[in-house]
Amino acid sequence: MRKFLITRILYMVLTLFVFITLCFFLFRMLPGDPTALVISPSLMPESQEVLRAQFGLDKPLHIQYYLYFKNLMKRDMGISFIYRAPVTKIIKGKILNTLILMGLGMTLCMIIGVLGGTVMAWRRGSKLDSGSIIFSLAFRSTPIFWSGMLILLLFGYKLDWFPVGRMHTPGYGAFNIWDQYFNIDFLKHLILPLSTLTLYYLAGPLLVMRNSMLEVLHADFVELAIAKGLHPLKVMYHHAARNALLPVITLTSLMVSYSVGGQVLLETIFSWPGMGKEIVDAVNSNDYPMAQGAFLFLGATVISMNFLADVLYCYLDPRIKYGEE
Amino acid sequence: MVHLKCGYWKRDSLNKPRTGRMAHAQPYFKAIWDQIGIVWEDTLGRIGMILLFFFILLALFGPFIAPYGAYEKCWTPDGKLERMQSPSWRHPMGTTYYGRDVLSQVILGTRQVVIVGFVSALMVVVVGTNIGLVCGYYKGNVDNLLMRLTDIVYGIPFLPFAIVLISIIGKGVSSIIIAIVLILWRSTSRVIRSQVLSLRERPFVLAVKVSGASDFRVIYKHIAPNILPMAFLYASFAIAWAVAAEASISFLGLGDPNTISWGQILFYAFLTQGVTSPYWWIIPPGVCIMLLVMSAFFIGRAYEKVANPQLRER
Repeated sequence: MRKFLITRILYMVLTLFVFITLCFFLFRMLPGDPTALVISPSLMPESQEVLRAQFGLDKPLHIQYYLYFKNLMKRDMGISFIYRAPVTKIIKGKILNTLILMGLGMTLCMIIGVLGGTVMAWRRGSKLDSGSIIFSLAFRSTPIFWSGMLILLLFGYKLDWFPVGRMHTPGYGAFNIWDQYFNIDFLKHLILPLSTLTLYYLAGPLLVMRNSMLEVLHADFVELAIAKGLHPLKVMYHHAARNALLPVITLTSLMVSYSVGGQVLLETIFSWPGMGKEIVDAVNSNDYPMAQGAFLFLGATVISMNFLADVLYCYLDPRIKYGEE
Repeated sequence: MVHLKCGYWKRDSLNKPRTGRMAHAQPYFKAIWDQIGIVWEDTLGRIGMILLFFFILLALFGPFIAPYGAYEKCWTPDGKLERMQSPSWRHPMGTTYYGRDVLSQVILGTRQVVIVGFVSALMVVVVGTNIGLVCGYYKGNVDNLLMRLTDIVYGIPFLPFAIVLISIIGKGVSSIIIAIVLILWRSTSRVIRSQVLSLRERPFVLAVKVSGASDFRVIYKHIAPNILPMAFLYASFAIAWAVAAEASISFLGLGDPNTISWGQILFYAFLTQGVTSPYWWIIPPGVCIMLLVMSAFFIGRAYEKVANPQLRER
């Protein structure tokens, strides 16, 4: 376990390092110059040079790379062209918005998926089972931005039950973090994007749980529990489900990595002020420092979530031995 | 497992000596044909194949069917722009804010989606399979290096990467395909690798090796036909994935501005109308994306069921 943890951490650091390097080269592949937007071509060549030197662009590539890394360690990702403020500061204000929506969505998916998948496996072949499969697969094949548009059109615009997009009513000012997320206004704004997200990602955990439950239901200990005359609910959740959980855990890491992409679309549709919307806006307005910061952040999220899922998996199933193969 | 069902042409081919230039390709053709037959046997798989075939036809002959051009503005006889018309005989799916015919846009938009879906799926499977074959066959350092690379690619979130990449290398169909292929090969290569790891220890591979076949020959003539079913399965999932990815990228406004696609129709709807978009404008392209993704899913699932008999009993 210890050895596995150490190698896994090393791999994570390596992955992060390569990812950051990739990011460096990706943004230096830009046509022209990353500062073309702030340095006006109408300036005197001498002043252009001075500005370029300020951004560190007159130095050779390896020095730039070194500076880039040094600044990143100091949590300095440059200054956004559009906001005219440090990228780190802007990201700081948006991280929680994204993580809350994503985290709640994934948690809901897991809970509904595990509980529902268990029942579906228990009553396999029934109308409930096949109905749920079709329902969840239909939502899975619907692009998330389209279902979001339809949900907004129906519940937000036609029925006017919920506000259309954004996180708070315009003009709302929060006194503190607690106030920002724990109030009715936020909840009202949260419901539509959260349900879109949950419906979209539900199929994964639901079907994986169902399949792995089917395998467990054949096991002797389940038969024994039934023969003992235990209540079906008790057999389902107390005996069988906990043995069928592992594949769902594995799925989590994959889902997080996909959901970061879904998050971009979801936030665009619902004008949710998070990192996903930020990266789209940044790219559309050629705000490269901001785009780079957002991209780095999203990648780091995926990498660390993958790591967490791996560790959790190893912790939950001691039968699996890593590093001895 | 998969190879039980799909390895039978090997026995067959022992009796029939093959000659001619195409002889080496024969196991591949036959294998691919077999896979299609397998899918056809399943009801859902058949529906998927029919849907897919329908969309391919639409992509091929779209320009002959569509009543108007994709970006053509429609005018009433008295010279008014037909803006936001609800469905009528003249425009079965209504018109957009710019006075364009939605039906024609949907028909003409099929082509880009199908091209992106198929080309990127093909490239993904070719790249992924080859990496998997090399990793699984040679093991050791090569395997280690390439699998670390796969892990790293697993850490890159697709859509943000695609957005950044396309904003850097420019909009266009090829940029979308490049973005998809650069990310998607990871899952295929991982699965193929684990298959090859077990295949390379089998007696028939050992026998061929003993008789002095080169690595290249062992990999591509003897191992590769056996992992084709898996590659086929991942190809169908890759189509579903690529279609959804193309729609997402176009929806964000990063598609080729000169070629229409379903995602782009939705992009314009959301750009001009936001949440108040009329239903006739946003429902048809969305349904098309859904059906195409579903058809590829159906094919994959049908195929998985037969390839993996354990699933069938349920």
